[in-house]
Formats: sequence, structure tokens, C-alpha cells
Amino acid sequence: MKARLATLLAWLIALLNVFPLVWMGLASFKTEVDAVHTPPLFVFTPTLENYRAIFALQDYTSYALNSIVISLGATLITVLIAIPAAFTMAFYPGPRTRSLLLWMLSTKMLPAVGVLVPIYLLCRDAGLLDTRTALIIVYVLSNLPIAVWMLFTFFRETPRDIIEASRIDGAGVGETILLVLLPLVLPGIASTALLLIILCWNEAFWILNLTAHNAAPLTAFIASFSAPQGLFWARLSAASVLAIVPILVFGWVSQRQLVRGLTFGAVK
Amino acid sequence: MVTPAAKRPGIATVPLLAPAVLLLLVWMIVPLAMTLWFSLERYNLLNPAVRGFAGLNNYRFLLRDPTLPSVLFTTVMLVLAVLVLTIGFGTVFAALFAREFRGRNVARLLMVTPFFVMPTVSALIWKNLFMHPVNGFFAAIARGLGLPVIDWFGTLPLTSIVLIVAWEWLPFAFLIFLTALQSLDEEQIEAARLDGAGALAIFFFIQLPHLGRAISVVVMMETIFLLAIFAEIYVTTAGGPGIATTNLPFLIYQRALLAFNVGGASAAGVIAIVLANVMAAFLVRTIARRLDV
Repeated sequence: MKARLATLLAWLIALLNVFPLVWMGLASFKTEVDAVHTPPLFVFTPTLENYRAIFALQDYTSYALNSIVISLGATLITVLIAIPAAFTMAFYPGPRTRSLLLWMLSTKMLPAVGVLVPIYLLCRDAGLLDTRTALIIVYVLSNLPIAVWMLFTFFRETPRDIIEASRIDGAGVGETILLVLLPLVLPGIASTALLLIILCWNEAFWILNLTAHNAAPLTAFIASFSAPQGLFWARLSAASVLAIVPILVFGWVSQRQLVRGLTFGAVK
Repeated sequence: MVTPAAKRPGIATVPLLAPAVLLLLVWMIVPLAMTLWFSLERYNLLNPAVRGFAGLNNYRFLLRDPTLPSVLFTTVMLVLAVLVLTIGFGTVFAALFAREFRGRNVARLLMVTPFFVMPTVSALIWKNLFMHPVNGFFAAIARGLGLPVIDWFGTLPLTSIVLIVAWEWLPFAFLIFLTALQSLDEEQIEAARLDGAGALAIFFFIQLPHLGRAISVVVMMETIFLLAIFAEIYVTTAGGPGIATTNLPFLIYQRALLAFNVGGASAAGVIAIVLANVMAAFLVRTIARRLDV
């Protein structure tokens, strides 16, 4: 009886917790009149008008494309730079590996806002303001420590003998990484990449400060709804659903590895 | 078979490490040095011709700024309030989810979901669909119950932002606590239950003490992120009304990109870096203790 009550309570909390998203999902299928109706409408005639309106916006494709290109581009580059570093530290640790890892972690602690001015001016002088390149560079650099750490913890679970055996058999470092290690740690690399994509996709600080229109991704598209005259709740909801659904799927797949990635192995 | 160390094929570690290390080195040193330098300069982008060494004037100006106490208060309150809410609810919810129950994996997924929602979406949905004083969901509930309707962003702007940010970060705390609780020995709880301990006693005397380390990690990680809260403020209040919701990041943004005051913004940036580094030092030490290389 008590156990059943606790289960009921847990489910109630879980449902309340996602209710804002459910309500947003419902609102995205309402007309603007139904969306602001008081009392709130749970039963209404659904319409696809909002989604049609968003897709009809000329800019929507550009926002979505920017999100995809920036997230995937930054993630790919980050992982490519992080793999060799994590490989070396996991399988060939030296006397300085430990301090190197901790130093990398400490660079992640530098608050973005503390270096906003120089980064903005550097981008301006390099002609990179409002370009995808600027955001990709910033994301690669700010996510590199997370990627190295996460890959490092995954690589360390791979028996070292396998790597050494392959080296003794005459394989080069490149071959060892590509043909021996990669197939073994593919799940780890995949969850690292997923976490990086999520972080890039949802990032807002650099987006709002370094982009105007050309390179603006979905985060900025949604932010443009904050103008008072643009407050169409149903349309805002539809735009939001479109902006978060792809990344929710990634999040659900990678949530179990999330703790490892975001606590740098401090909680397992 | 153990290969003697001498026969192990060596590896040139430098070229493999160099790209990551050099990039991070540049990323750490260049902007930091520039911020420090700018903070000592008189430099406004609207009038770049008048530029020169200003000594500590930017800091003096910032410290004398009558808005600074309020900005620091907002910055710290936002962090503290969200920490209390996420850790308070996070530990209780994690304890509730630590035992097996029907559909636990799905319920757990629902608990974690808000963390993957981009901050601009969370903030605008809460502000409009829920906290709007006329058409919002909360207003409808209040009216239904005969309670006074709260104009959330009008009268309680900072509280409103705290609630939104807490909703975003609860999943993070919850997930870490749940992970930590699952490493707790089942038998210990079973034994306590046989000895007649209730759920509350188990929570306070077994589960909560076990969470000590996880809580300290959550405090430190969240503090670093919460000191940098920006987007939620940008899309809801723009720091207002007045300066009621202006925190340090938002102040720096205003100084730098709205007032083009490079020197003043950099001085505030240095303060933000110092604040974050105090927390970071604790965090790095905690993680270092766990790291065996």
C-alpha cells in the first residue's frame, strides 16, 4: 500500500515536471485565440496552422540550418581533436598526465562572460561577427575539455593489453586508434558526441552576443519571440516544439552518460 | 603475459596531445590577458580615438557604481535560491526514484527532460503560457481557487527567474543524486527497514549522508553555471524592471555591447572570473581526489 502510494507520487511528480512542455505542445496545435483562452482549454479543435506559418517563414530554414551546421561542425572537430589526446592520456599516461587533465578541466571554469569583450573584439577584427565559423571555433574551444575528459574515462575502461598487443604486432598509432580502439569505444564516442551536440544546440550566451542574422540558429529564432509585439503564443509554441524535439531525442538516448560527462567522473 | 616495459613499443605522445593542449592554452591565455589589459584601459568603442592607460580607474568607477551592490546581490541570490530548490527537491525526488517501481525508466526520462530544452524556450514558455497575469495557466488556477492572481514578472521578477532556472537545473541535480543513490548498498536499506525504520528515517540517516559527495559536486557545478545565467534574463526581463534582475553577466553585456564601454565591461569581467575561480578551485580539488592516473 505504502509502496503503491510512493509510486503514484513519483509518477505525479514526473508528470508535473514535464507538464510545461506538454502544455506547450498542446498550445502549438491551437489557434492564437484558443491559446490565450481563459480558462485554459484542454479540449479544442487542433490546427496545423502554426507549423505551416513557421515553415512558410523564409528565415526558418536558415535558422534550422545554422543550428545543424554549427552543432555538428563543432562536435565533429572537437571529437577529432580530443580522441588522440584522450588516447594518449588513457593508455600512455606520463608523470604530467594528471596535472594536464586537471588543468584542462580548470579552463572550462573560465566564465564565458569574463572573456566576452576580447572574444567579441577579436571576432570583429577578424571579420567573423555573425558567422558560423566564429561560433564553431568558440564551441570547439569551450567544449574540448569536456570531450577529452569524457573520452578519457571511456578509453580507460578498455583493457590496455589490447592496445599494446596491436602495437607489438606492428600496427602504427593511427592504425591502432582506427582499427583496434575505435570499434571498441564507439558507444563512448557516440555518447560524447551526443552530449556535445546538445550543449552546442542549446547554447545561448555566445549566440545572443556574436550573431545577428546570418549565422543565428534556432536559439536566436526563439529569442526573437521575446519582443512584446511578437507574442503569438501558439506560434511561439510551435517554433519551440520544432526547436527542441530533435535534441530531446538525443538527450533521452545519452542521459545515462550525462552524469559522467558533466561531473568529470566525480560521480559514477 | 606481461610484456616487459623495455619491449613495449614506445609512442610519441607529444604530437597526439599537442593540438588539444595548444588550443586550450591559447583559449585560456589570450582572452584572459586581453580582459585584464582592457580593464586597465580607457577604451570606448563609440570613441576609440580616446584610448589610453587608465590604471585602476575602471575598477574604482565600478566599485563606486551605486548599482553594483544590487547587481552582486541579484547574482548571488539567483545562485543560492536555485541551489536550495534544486538540491532540496533533487534529493527528495531522487530518494523517491531510487527504488524499483513500475515504469520507472519512463518516469525518470520525464524527470530529466527539461534539462535538454534550450533556455530561450524554457524562459519564454514559462513567462507567457504560465506566468502571464491575465491569460497564464497559474492565473487561471489562482482564479479557480479564489486566490489573488500574481503578476509574476511584474511584482516578483527575480523569484520568477529563479523558478524557471530551478526547473531547468532540477534534472541535473536529480540525475546526479539518483546515480549516487544507486551505488548505495541495497542491503543496508533492507536491514534498516527490518529494524523498523520508516521512509523518512531511511532518507535522513542513510540516503542523505551517502549523498554528501554528490551534493558538493552539484553545488560546485551548478554554481559555475548559475553565475553565468544570461539567456533567461535576456528574453524575459532584460534585467528589469529597473535593475531588479540584472546580474553580473547581464551587467557586463550591457556595458560591453550596449554602452560599448570596453574598459568598464572588462573590469566587471575580471570580477566575474575571480568569483567563478573561487568555486572552481574547490571543484577541481574534489575531482582531483577521485582521479587516479
